[in-house]
Amino acid sequence: MSQATVTETATPRTTPPTGRGTRRNAIERRVLRVLRPIVIALFLLAALFPFYYMILLSFRPLEEVLQNPGSLWVSPSDIDPGTYTDVLKSEEDGGQGFLSFIRNSALVAIGTVLFTLLVAVPGAYAVSRLEFFGRRRISALFLAVYFFPAILLAVPLFVFFTRIEMRGSLVALLIVYVAQVAAVSIYMLRNYFDTIPVSLEDAAAIDGCSRLQTMRHISLPLAMPAIISNALFIFMIAWNEFLFALLFLLERRDNWTVSLGLSRLSGSIEVPTTTLMAGSVILTVPIILLFFISERWLTGGLTAGAEKG
Amino acid sequence: MSRSRLRSSRARQDARTGLALISPTFVIVFTMVVLPILWTVSLAFQQVRLLNLRTTGIIGDYSVENFTAVLKSDGFIDALVTTLVYSVGGTASAIILGLIAALALRKPFRGRGFVRAALLLPYVAPVVAAAFVWTTLLNPQYGLANEWGTGLLGWEEPIAFLSSRDELSPFGITIPIPTALLTVIAFEAWRSFPFAFLFLTARMEAIPNTLEEAGELDGATPTQRFRHIVLPQLLPTIAVLTVLRFIWTFNNFDDIYLLTGGGAGTEVVSVRVYNFLIARGDIGAAAAQALVLAVILAVLVTAYLKFFGRQEEAA
Repeated sequence: MSQATVTETATPRTTPPTGRGTRRNAIERRVLRVLRPIVIALFLLAALFPFYYMILLSFRPLEEVLQNPGSLWVSPSDIDPGTYTDVLKSEEDGGQGFLSFIRNSALVAIGTVLFTLLVAVPGAYAVSRLEFFGRRRISALFLAVYFFPAILLAVPLFVFFTRIEMRGSLVALLIVYVAQVAAVSIYMLRNYFDTIPVSLEDAAAIDGCSRLQTMRHISLPLAMPAIISNALFIFMIAWNEFLFALLFLLERRDNWTVSLGLSRLSGSIEVPTTTLMAGSVILTVPIILLFFISERWLTGGLTAGAEKG
Repeated sequence: MSRSRLRSSRARQDARTGLALISPTFVIVFTMVVLPILWTVSLAFQQVRLLNLRTTGIIGDYSVENFTAVLKSDGFIDALVTTLVYSVGGTASAIILGLIAALALRKPFRGRGFVRAALLLPYVAPVVAAAFVWTTLLNPQYGLANEWGTGLLGWEEPIAFLSSRDELSPFGITIPIPTALLTVIAFEAWRSFPFAFLFLTARMEAIPNTLEEAGELDGATPTQRFRHIVLPQLLPTIAVLTVLRFIWTFNNFDDIYLLTGGGAGTEVVSVRVYNFLIARGDIGAAAAQALVLAVILAVLVTAYLKFFGRQEEAA
């Protein structure tokens, strides 16, 4: 097929291209040469500007923003870091209590990561390596779970945790998060285990290692890059999550996560926008830092499924 | 003989280890995802409210009342249409923007790695923070968009991007402009184009150079090469992206809830489900709407896959 195309396209090359064709070619090239940097600049601006604005506003005094909303710069003498102390201080001290929100978010996110890896790493190993009853069906189920709409789960989980009187606890939220990410996690890790040659494990087996020993001493160390990128991926999902935090923790201010706290306080008129911008920066910075540290690993993980399609 | 017995005993052992290793995940996913979905179906056919929650069990009075009430209720059909417009608009614009970005960054240049990483920020940033910055930027009183619009672009008055539906009447014909809906679609495009960009970039890098070089030698212009060489290779990826993005946008709750709260003609079904559940405490009706949403989505995706699958076969 490709051979045929090559020979076919080779024929016209002997005749020189018509004048009109070359002119169109030249025009298109020139237009694209000008257009490309403009397009790139526009995309960069669109992607970065909101974050720049977020940081800018978090340092500007509120009165100054209201007086001069169009300004894109803050002079060093006007920098007001008071918004950060205000947003972090506890409610009793007249602040917004973000410090405790950060603690809650971190507890839930780190807990979700540890707990998910604890169940998903052995699970992914089993799905990748071991032939057991129902293996294919379980993999299919886990992939399907990835596409189950969260809003469909919202109603029953809300009702269930209300009924056992656990709604409002961070543990309930953690369990729900683990259930939703474990399936994806297994899918991603399995793809990685599949790339590790079985021969290494066979060698260990011949040396008398049991399955679990082989898994611990051979496969796990080799899968470490995938496990770490998976951990970061789970952390991001749990840290950013909003719907279930809203459903579960709304009435329990002491348990609010950063996302929930920010969304609740932005609805009230009493809290100044600049203070909340400081809150947004606090919510966003950990994710952006993690992202730039792990970008190479993460993007590899995100597109791992794409190569199949 | 003994060798084969050894192997089969190892296989049996593997089967047991496999089940043991997978069962914790299976139990969690089963109790926290599969059972709840089945329970949604049960709840949707019962008259359950937050107030009488304690007295309802698995065996209750089943009826289709919730569904008839939901289908007849004010605004449900509107919400469905809004959901559909939002998903189609959001998916299409995200993929088109992602494609343009991937094409623009195809040729290597200094700093390309940084640009690529930077373009992914809208996708990885927390939705609550992103939505808050957007609402601030678009605020009619002190938002930057309106400050510049009225100051530099000569708008007569600030536009309430997130809370208005406007009308435009050129030549005496009144065209309704769903400003708020267009704004939430733009937000969705901004937040999810990086996803399309990432997938399309990965696919583009796998296209062999030889084809395009041959095209170039034959005098094919850049747009011709894109149309006849690059695009056909990207179509399967675009098809997968369409399904993924459509599913996620169709069920999206966070973005619209945070930006408009469902006001000004942006109430999608998922926001409605939330309002029925929390504000009205009507669990039965909320479950019924979530179920209708899921069924419609399943039908749409199946139809799409059937149609697209057949095209693939024919090609």
